[in-house]
This record gives sequence, C-alpha cells and structure tokens, in this order.
Amino acid sequence: MTEENDRSRHVRVVLVDDHRMFRTGVQAEIGETERTGVEVVGEAADVDQAVTVITATRPEVVLLDVHLPGGGGVEVLRRCAPLMAAAENPVRFLALSVSDAAEDVIGVIRGGARGYVTKTITGADLVDSVFRVQEGDAVFSPRLAGFVLDAFASTDAPPVDEDMDRLTQREREVLRLIARGYAYKEIAKQLFISVKTVESHVSAVLRKLQLSNRHELTRWATARRLV
Amino acid sequence: MPVVPASSSPHVPDTEEQPQRRLYRSADGRMLGGVARGLAGHLGLPVVWVRLAFLGMFMFGEGLGVLLYAAFWVFVPLGVGGKPTGRSLFETLPDGRRRLRTPDKGQIVALAVLAVGVVLFITKVQVGGESGRYLWPTLLVGAGVVLVWRQADNARRAHWTAAAGRNARLLQAGRALAGVALVGVGLTVFIVVRGSAAQLGNLLTATLAVLVGIALLAGPWLIRMTQDLSEERLMRIRAQERAEVAAHVHDSVLHTLTLIQRNAEDAGEVRRLARAQERELRNWLYKPEGTGKDEAEEPDTLAEAVKKTAAEVEDHHGVPIEVVVVGDCPLDDRLGAQLQAAREAMVNAAKYGGEGGPVQVYAEVEGRTVFVSVRDRGPGFDIDAVPGDRMGVRESIIGRMQRNGGTARLRSAAGGGTEVELEMERAASAQ
Repeated sequence: MTEENDRSRHVRVVLVDDHRMFRTGVQAEIGETERTGVEVVGEAADVDQAVTVITATRPEVVLLDVHLPGGGGVEVLRRCAPLMAAAENPVRFLALSVSDAAEDVIGVIRGGARGYVTKTITGADLVDSVFRVQEGDAVFSPRLAGFVLDAFASTDAPPVDEDMDRLTQREREVLRLIARGYAYKEIAKQLFISVKTVESHVSAVLRKLQLSNRHELTRWATARRLV
Repeated sequence: MPVVPASSSPHVPDTEEQPQRRLYRSADGRMLGGVARGLAGHLGLPVVWVRLAFLGMFMFGEGLGVLLYAAFWVFVPLGVGGKPTGRSLFETLPDGRRRLRTPDKGQIVALAVLAVGVVLFITKVQVGGESGRYLWPTLLVGAGVVLVWRQADNARRAHWTAAAGRNARLLQAGRALAGVALVGVGLTVFIVVRGSAAQLGNLLTATLAVLVGIALLAGPWLIRMTQDLSEERLMRIRAQERAEVAAHVHDSVLHTLTLIQRNAEDAGEVRRLARAQERELRNWLYKPEGTGKDEAEEPDTLAEAVKKTAAEVEDHHGVPIEVVVVGDCPLDDRLGAQLQAAREAMVNAAKYGGEGGPVQVYAEVEGRTVFVSVRDRGPGFDIDAVPGDRMGVRESIIGRMQRNGGTARLRSAAGGGTEVELEMERAASAQ
C-alpha cells in the first residue's frame, strides 16, 4: 500500500487520560498537525466523558489510558464496541499506558484495542503507531509481544481441533523480534519480507489473541492470578 | 438507676482502667445477657447479689425483673467490662475451647436459688390451671427470644475478637434458626390454645398478611441499611489501602524526589535515581503479592535473575534497560554462566550504546534451550576491528559461553546498534 506513512493525510485522534499534564504533553508532542499529520480533536478525563467525546467526534484513533476513573479503559472499550464494529469509519483504539502489567495489557487487547504502547514511547514512534492503528494494523510493544509469546507457549501440547489458536512459526518469529526490540521495518529486513507482511502477521496474532484463544488465555491468566 | 449511655461506643473495652466507668453488659462470664455481671461490676457488688435481686423481682414483682432485665439487655451496649471475678460458668482453655468450670460455692448457691425460684414461679401460676395453658408457649417464646438476642451479642463480640471460623459461623446460624423456630412454635401454640383449632387457618392467613405488610414497610429500609453498612465497610477498606499507598509513597518516592532535587546538577545521578525509583514503584504496584518484596534475596529462577541483573546494570550505569522474559526455569551452573555473559553484554551495551535509547534484553526459555539477547541502538562496532588485547567481548562473553557448552553470536552494524545473542542448553540434571 502506498498510504503507508503518508503524512499528507490527517488522522483525527481523541486523547483519553485522567492526567491533564500528560494530555498536554502528548498534545504538544504529536498534535502539530502540519508536521505530524495527527489532529487531536478531543480530550477526555474519565469513562463517561470519553464515551461522550468519542461518540460526538467519531475520531479515527483513540489514545486510551488503561487506568481511568469510572471503570478504566476496558469500560470505554466495552461501551464503544458498536463504534469499533462500524462498517465505515470504525473507531480504533490504541492503548497508551504507564503500566505494562500483564493483566492491563491482556485486558484491553481482549477488549478490542488494536495495540498497546507504554508511555515511555517517543513522540515519533507514537505518531507512527497512530498511523499504523488507523490503517487497521496492530502495534505491539516488546513487552506485549513477550506476554503473547508466553501465553501461547503453554499451548505447545497441541489441542488438535484448536489449530486456529496456535501461532504459526512465522508469527512466532515476528513476535520474538518485536520482543527483542526490533521495529517493524527492521523485522522485515531481517526476515526478508515486506513491512506489510510483518503487519499482517501481527494483526493475525492480535486476532487470535482476541477471538480464539480465550480458553488458553484464561488458563494462563488464572495460573498467574490475573483474573 | 444509672443513666444508660445507649449511644456510647462499645469499643472502649477496658472499663476497669478508666476513672469514670460506664455501664456495659459483660461479655465474659455471663449467664444470659451479661446484665447482672455488668451491673455488678459497675456498682461494685458481688454478682450473686445482683442476680438474686433480679430473681426476686422476677418472682414477686409480677415479672418486673424480666422487664427490667430485658430493658437493660436492649439498651446497654455489650462490653468486655464488668467484674472480672472469674466466676464464669465456663472457662476458656488455652486452645480456645470452652469447658464447664468446676463450680464454686457462690455459683452453686446461685443455681440453687434459681431452681427454687423457677419452681416457685411455676407453682404460683398453676401449671394445670387456666393460666398454665399460656405458660408453656410464653416460656417457648421467651427461650427463643433469649437465644436470638444472645446470638446477636455473640455476633457483635466476634466482630472485635475476629475469631469466627466456618464452624462457628454455622453454629451461630443454627442457633439463630433454633431461636426463631422456638418463637414461631410458641406463638403458634399461643394462638392454637387461645382460639379453637378450627380458626387456625384464618389466623395463619391473617398472620401472614401482617408479616407481608411489615416486610413491605420495613424491607426497603432494611435493605438500605445493609447497603449503607457494606458501603461504609468498603470505604473503610479503601481508606486503609490509601493509607498504605500513602505510607509507601512517602517512604520511597518522596525520599527519592528529595535526593533528585539535591542532585539536580548531576544528570546521570538524577536519571539513575529516577529509574531505580520507577522500577521499585512498578514492582510494588503491579507485581502480584509475594514476588519482588525481598530484593536482598538471591533469585533462583532465570526470570528473576535476568531482571535483577538488568536492574543492577541499570542502576550502575544510569541507562534504562527494558527486560522481556518469556517462560521461566530454575537456575543451574550453565545458566549462571550465561547470565554472567549476559551481564557483560548489558554493561557493554550500557557503556557504548546507551545513547541511542534503552537497552533491550530478551530472554526466552523454550524446551531445553535458553536464549538471551541483549541489544542496543548505539553506533555499533566491528568485532574484527577490535584489537586482540581487548578481551571483554571475546573472553567474558564468547569464551565464557563456549566453555560452558553454549554459543554466542554478535551482530553489529554501523548505526544499527549491536546485538548479542546467547544460547545455552540447560544442564541435563535440571528438570
């Protein structure tokens, strides 16, 4: 696709975070529309506000904090589920959190977020992630990739009919490189595939994580006393 | 009669120490509601006297004793006061069980007088006579009420002593149920004795209607009260948690912030302090309990060891190190060597590649193989261009891995950073 990193387009973004300082910081970092192509069209500080603002502005991407007053990011995802499923201009969520605890990460991913990055991310990487999510791809932080690998590692005793749940060798490789801190572009170079292919692998992982592996994930999370 | 402080808190258990004593029902060594013992403690009289006085009022005062006793029971809060004469009918063994105490003289006298009183009372109202028909139901109802009320006391007491096991709770429920059943039977007998049996159906319907009415009237209020109560409890728990967080934040975070202010000129030191504090706070906030609490302890699994090593290097060199660990296994000698090599790689990465961003450490246990990668985004270097006398990489990393039966690969590109990959088979004995 030629749209990739095409900064002539604008992505409309809503910022959801209960810390005003942080919102201001992100706004300053990525909100210069001329330079970054990201336009912050709304901000919200709690769950109710977030749902209202998102419904009213219909942004393309929501930067969602995980810990929010009123039920947390998961609650926002639950109440915005119809918007995510909309046929045209679906709203996509990118979780942006200071926490990289497994329960938070897995929670919002299963809630339907298209990616998860921690707040230590640089402004340029964040802009990149926003574009990626807007295009429908998944964005994983190394930490998140590690969690996913960990979760699927326990499925090595093969459940015969649940083949769908298991990661392919390639997807595993991609995740491993993400966990090692490689950027998508570097992974593509390393594996001699295109960036688009890397992205589709990651999206496939995300899909499996959300839909198919409930059983294993539950077991995994229970073993770790996460749920 | 002393003024009864009905609203006073029962949480002042030790009435003996205080100059101004308040009236409490005694929770220890009581026979019924602890009224007599509490009163005796308050007035400074022997318990037997008070009990006898109540008994006298009960027999000759047309039930005045009962009324008075009931009033005290209702309005006087339960406390661990009274007179600690130790004349309990039961004594508590060290292991928490109770057994019947060998009776002393005063107790025998009291029991004898009680028996005489009951006999007197019964003969007075003539069991076989007209009024005797009401006697048994009344006694039944009385016994049921006493049972339930004692139960309520016990529940409240258990609230402070917090010694209610599952069995105890079951017993409590059983007792309460028995009390209610007794009251119910008593009332029914009352009704049956009073009216003819033919009217029983009507009476039951009427009773039911009244009960439903009461439930409708009082129900919402009761529900709201229980809700308020549980909400209050929740708030208290929250407050406690908040206090704990505040204490922790105060201890470590504020301390670190002070240090940072003092070292504001030294950027490296500030960064080091901030990173160490961040890691500690993160551990404290997000780790499940039981892990990460004792930093001094030597880790015995790979995941913990990798994280600890990274933390130490991070502290020492002030470069952030991001650690991702997949899977876990116990440490053995070979993995120990691998860890040493990894530490060396981390130190190198922090020293020479720390400017390009955080150092990334990835460890994975897959079957018998343990893989560790250390990656920085520094300028990179060419291993062949490194002079032969520089032994850091060759000996500490590659050599060490090979001596222990593992492999080390170095990948480095100008501008692309350096990556060290360490692979090691776990020792055969470690399962």
